Amino acid sequence: MLRAFTAIPYAWLVVLFLVPFAIVAKISLSDYAISIPPYTPTLDLAAGWEGVRAFFSELDFENFVFLTEDELYWKAYLSSLQIAILSTFLTLCVGFPIAYGMARAPEEWRPALMMLVILPFWTSFLIRVYAWIGILANEGFLNQFLMWIGVISEPLQMLNTNTAVYIGIVYTYLPFMILPVYASLERMDPSLLEAAEDLGCSRMSAFWHVTWPLARPGVIAGCFLVFIPAVGEFVIPSLLGGSGTLMIGKVLWEEFFNNRDWPVASAVAIILLLILIVPIVLFQRHEAKEREAGR
Amino acid sequence: MVDDKAFHPWDDPTATPLIRIEHISKRFGDFTAIDDISLGIYPKEFFALLGPSGCGKTTLMRMLAGFETPSEGRITIDGADMAGVPPNKRAVNMMFQSYALFPHLSVWDNIAFGLKRDRLDKDRVAARVDEMLKLTQLGKLARRKPHQLSGGQRQRVALARAMAKAPKLLLLDEPLGALDKKLRQETQFELMDIQEKTGTTFVIVTHDQEEAMTVASRVAVMNHGELIQVDTPGRIYEAPSSIYVADFIGDVNLIEGRVGAVGELAELNWAEGRSLKGQAGPSLEPGQAATLAIRPEKIAISREEPEAGNRVKGRIVDIGYLGNLSTYHVKLDEGPMIKCEVGNRSRLARRDFTWEDEVWLSWTDTAGLVLSS
Amino acid sequence: MKRLSTFNIVSLTLGFAFLYIPMIILIVYSFNESKLVTVWAGFSTKWYGEVIRNEAFLDAAWVTVRVAFFSATIATILGTMAAYAMMRRGAFVGRTLFSGMIYAPLVMPEVITGLSLLLLFIAIGLDRGIVTIILAHTTFAMCYVSVVVSSRLVSFDESLEEAALDLGCTPFQAFTSVTLPIIAPAVIAGWLLAFTLSLDDLVIASFTAGPSATTLPIKIFSSVRLGVSPEINALSTIIIGIVTVGVLAASVISKKQISRAARDAAMAERDD
Repeated sequence: MLRAFTAIPYAWLVVLFLVPFAIVAKISLSDYAISIPPYTPTLDLAAGWEGVRAFFSELDFENFVFLTEDELYWKAYLSSLQIAILSTFLTLCVGFPIAYGMARAPEEWRPALMMLVILPFWTSFLIRVYAWIGILANEGFLNQFLMWIGVISEPLQMLNTNTAVYIGIVYTYLPFMILPVYASLERMDPSLLEAAEDLGCSRMSAFWHVTWPLARPGVIAGCFLVFIPAVGEFVIPSLLGGSGTLMIGKVLWEEFFNNRDWPVASAVAIILLLILIVPIVLFQRHEAKEREAGR
Repeated sequence: MVDDKAFHPWDDPTATPLIRIEHISKRFGDFTAIDDISLGIYPKEFFALLGPSGCGKTTLMRMLAGFETPSEGRITIDGADMAGVPPNKRAVNMMFQSYALFPHLSVWDNIAFGLKRDRLDKDRVAARVDEMLKLTQLGKLARRKPHQLSGGQRQRVALARAMAKAPKLLLLDEPLGALDKKLRQETQFELMDIQEKTGTTFVIVTHDQEEAMTVASRVAVMNHGELIQVDTPGRIYEAPSSIYVADFIGDVNLIEGRVGAVGELAELNWAEGRSLKGQAGPSLEPGQAATLAIRPEKIAISREEPEAGNRVKGRIVDIGYLGNLSTYHVKLDEGPMIKCEVGNRSRLARRDFTWEDEVWLSWTDTAGLVLSS
Repeated sequence: MKRLSTFNIVSLTLGFAFLYIPMIILIVYSFNESKLVTVWAGFSTKWYGEVIRNEAFLDAAWVTVRVAFFSATIATILGTMAAYAMMRRGAFVGRTLFSGMIYAPLVMPEVITGLSLLLLFIAIGLDRGIVTIILAHTTFAMCYVSVVVSSRLVSFDESLEEAALDLGCTPFQAFTSVTLPIIAPAVIAGWLLAFTLSLDDLVIASFTAGPSATTLPIKIFSSVRLGVSPEINALSTIIIGIVTVGVLAASVISKKQISRAARDAAMAERDD
């Protein structure tokens, strides 16, 4: 029975995960062509061994060379990383106090507070991003409000800027930060802080010497959970960002759908994946270490 | 102690064991859990596997149930070789340490679970379940779910479920481990009662020597994957074959020395020109290192030098009053510390001994046992 | 600490305001009379009428629900099998690859998953439509299901399965009659998660959908690109309402079960 339980999902994943990947890798080494499919060479199995050899001899790293030469691409990678890092940091700044407040809240409130954090997570991602368009637009609520209280006289350009992208990422990924941080803070025994104060710590130094180190595993997990998907984000930059917002997910999308250059899109995907492998492996190690420590 | 004359199949050369364990070994990688064990268990026996955790007793039981396959050797049950027979095809049932009651099923359905697998018709299942409910006095709780039961009730459901299929052999893995002490003692007698009523062969795994001594017809003491001694509780206690067993079962004082003359009794030279006597244990040679094992309750304490053959002098360093008895820790002039237990038959009668008193300890020649070290 | 400090109250208030105000504005302005979404012109439910009469939305919604139902169901079956196999089997050839493939889609950027699946479908000549979206959604959702189910299986008492075997079950019977009923809440949670992920997905669906099948997120995305519209507000409000009711109902049911179990256990202990 266990054999069947392994074999069926295994086969599914090989066909629909591993093979597609091999195809992306292969096309990334092909050349763009105006044909259907829009790349060359295509594998001609009818030609037998010669066909296979001809096929392999035509594969090359041209597209990758192209990516390094055209500054659009490496700028997009750099800008994706920069946006992801900064918005991860901002999410931490917003999320930590919320998680901390939840962990210190009376026990009977906590399930309700948890619910309030989880609820947006179940609600459509697209709708949550969309909600900000109406707020950040030139005639949007935020500009109306700011003009009403008299801080500004002219509407600020907020939508279609990188600022809007930061806000969008912080907003949509906030639950991913709050939940792990809350989980590690909630486990903490409050008498530890009393002990620290009893031993001469001020409130502030008790926080730095006791709370922060104990919350760190949750903070690290939360940062990975925000950073990894943020790098490849597409919806937020395309709805909230402007023409100047360079993010690699958007570049890939446009390369594929607008320019129909599949080989370059595939090469973009391969490099994005190579960039993400480092944080993914680090994250997995961190999780494994935590599981070990949890025992 | 189940030492009556009526039931002694292991002494009867014509009796055939129900279970034969022949040269069984079990290795997990480099670790040897069971090392070449051979054993026969007879029909209607209440057999206990006793040992500290990690001694291999649970592995041995899981091999009987079919959850582990022996690396070497053979197990037969009622003459049939069990090699390759999966747990669901064995006439063996097990009561799990965690009870493993199915949380989604009622008491009734838990007990009926195994019967339904046999495709018995509904009336027979119902009749058998009712019989089991009556046997374990669970009638009123039949509709409850496991989480609505107390620890003791759960234990009885687990027993009823395992007994429902009328197995040839019932395996009990630490069946009373999760109960508190008082309930455990009551339940021990219930178990013996049910075993006797149904005539099923029981094999119990336990690390609690009192429990094993109370319930079992024979006890196998195990350590490091080996059988150290297999015998009735009485003989295990009175005639342990090794220091390990003597020390593991109950309290014992150990006095080291060298063997002098050996006969029915053996002489132990333990201090400058002084010797003690005790029954001779197996394979004793004069001159070898040996130990005298003497139970604390077999030692008498007195102020004046007694007449008895074995006597030693010392000073009281500790007194424990336990209600029904008092224990004295006496430091002998020669060095060793001896523990002696005295029953408190009349109120506060023996309390005339106090700390730092010089006392004599004595016991008869047959009270102790000389065992090779 | 018995009472919340001012700092904690402020951070909780601001935090939840940040989380909820955008959605509240969205909901409130879905009842706006005016076509201009940022100017309040009186209460009206006319945009809901527009949504309900909009055939394109309804068609897309129907496609989305069907895709979500089938992909969540297949993903739940496959994900549960995978989680069980990983938990119960020791070493086997390709175990590392298997666990890697189960884990990878969780962290894979959606654009890459979508692109690679599209290229596969083209390579094997499969016409894009509902089937291809279902295949794509199943693939990434089964990984989420397997994570949810594995975390339940970790605390599953293996002796329950052994007891079932001991009482005469075959391994498959033990799985269906004991393991599955007990882990059912996790399996259902996995299904719900897979269903929501599928309902929600824009990127992978955009790659794998063909002209014959458009899902609701694709429809919303293409109209949102042109700016805010009260109709989309109304549609969003309907979706938020359904999700909220669903999530609250699920949590109330599970909370009731937990408290009932606790009460039963407390009563049982008094019987001893």
